[in-house]
Amino acid sequence: MKNIHPVKKVKGFAKVQSVKLSEKTLAKTEAAGSFLTDFADVVLFLTRIVKETFSRNFEFKEFFRQCFQIGYKSLPLVSVTGAIMGLVLTIQSRPVLVDFGAVSWLPGMVAVSLIREMGPVITALICAGKIGSGMGAELGSMKVTEQIDAMEVSSTNPMKFLVVTRVLAATIMVPLLVLYADALGIMGSWAGANIKGSVSFVLFFSQAFASIAFIDFLPAVIKTFFFGAVIGLVGTYKGYNAGRGTESVGVAANSAVVLASLLVIIVDLLAVQITDMLVS
Amino acid sequence: MSTQITELPVQEVSKKNGNEPVIEVKHLKKSFGSLEVLKDVSLKLFNGENLVVLGKSGSGKSVLIKCIVGLLQSDGGTINVFNQDINALNTQEMGDLRQKIGFLFQSGALYDSMTVKENLEFPLRRIKKNLSEKEIAEKIYEVLENVGLADSLHKMPSQLSGGMRKRISLARTIVVDPMIMLYDEPTTGLDPITSDEISELINQVQKRYKTSSVIITHDIKCALNTADRMIMLMDGEIYKEGKLKEFENSTDTTISSFFK
Repeated sequence: MKNIHPVKKVKGFAKVQSVKLSEKTLAKTEAAGSFLTDFADVVLFLTRIVKETFSRNFEFKEFFRQCFQIGYKSLPLVSVTGAIMGLVLTIQSRPVLVDFGAVSWLPGMVAVSLIREMGPVITALICAGKIGSGMGAELGSMKVTEQIDAMEVSSTNPMKFLVVTRVLAATIMVPLLVLYADALGIMGSWAGANIKGSVSFVLFFSQAFASIAFIDFLPAVIKTFFFGAVIGLVGTYKGYNAGRGTESVGVAANSAVVLASLLVIIVDLLAVQITDMLVS
Repeated sequence: MSTQITELPVQEVSKKNGNEPVIEVKHLKKSFGSLEVLKDVSLKLFNGENLVVLGKSGSGKSVLIKCIVGLLQSDGGTINVFNQDINALNTQEMGDLRQKIGFLFQSGALYDSMTVKENLEFPLRRIKKNLSEKEIAEKIYEVLENVGLADSLHKMPSQLSGGMRKRISLARTIVVDPMIMLYDEPTTGLDPITSDEISELINQVQKRYKTSSVIITHDIKCALNTADRMIMLMDGEIYKEGKLKEFENSTDTTISSFFK
């Protein structure tokens, strides 16, 4: 076996370690660079949306079409979700309240839960799935099939026509869908209360609304505008920046749902914290 | 006298006739990361001519016309369209210039969510804003008639065949009366009969609408049917430029392989 001088051994070891270190540093620098590029892309995207929203020639026709697509076409899904949400919440809560002899609290408890938290978050998550994926897939496939380029060469600003209209429509329609889901949730709850008991519609609703204060209602409505904006922004960003292959359409739709759902939860957390700070 | 003129390169004939180029590209460069797609491309398109840009896949043909219409930002060189440097134009000016340019995409790029009628109305209502409803309907009928698909007005793009999609796409492009037409692989993916029909349509559009055209293709039959002049692009550079006959009679193996 060849006898290597200890100094040479140390030098060799140091050389290997320094190469490894520089490779690791380079990889980390590249990752940081990629993150910063993505972040800059998002900032640029948001800036363009704000700029195009307040520029001339707003695409009203496309905006109303998108409101119809996002709002009206989501009604069946939101209706079923809202009604089941109230029904299940009632069926699950009733036995516990019966044990404590507090079954008369049921309408109020369900109404507060639905309006403050469950209605907005669950409806927003449903919308993130339906609307976010729809936007990601639609814009992604438009990108792949050069329809966005075709729009641009037709002297139409695709950012204004495709993105701004969708983001604004989602920002406005998601709060309306949440209110609708809340109403159906309370009706579902009334139906649930009548499975094992008997309570009139008027009594149930008067008890439910007696428990809701303006402070329950306002922050919940305000945060739904942010949910809508987040869903619209993520869906359009992922679709508009999809790659060129057909695979990227699926990736855009999938990542739009995942990211929008995650951001809805994070926005909800922030909204709850801010509300708590302001109210207390 | 006439013999002398026909022997001159087309550019010189055009200059002699006082025909200034409508598109002038000088030393165009475009890279994607480390991949140099266009290294140094210079060309001119003269008024009323069909210029075919020939080349194998990946030679940068589509990138060239996307740079011309401003869909891609060039890395170097200049592109003048109607004597306007497109790199110096703002968004509004670029939009105005694009109204004079028609672009036929390789995929057709019809809007999937719109009917044929809506596809045609889309650019027309945005570019020709002062047209009445009657004029819009007449114009749409006229261009559909010209591409032989007047009965497809209410069809969705998904109900059309590949050739029909190309025709409708061409109709959508010419409905706004462009002065320059850019065709990106107009016959790719079509059967030989439909390819010939599309080539014939390209010639008809040139005659009827007095357009100047750049036709990007690797389909030699389409090139032969439509070209007034040809450019061969190879590895991001111009390999040969000349008249159709010069290409046909060339002994260069790279060029002659296209004509086999």
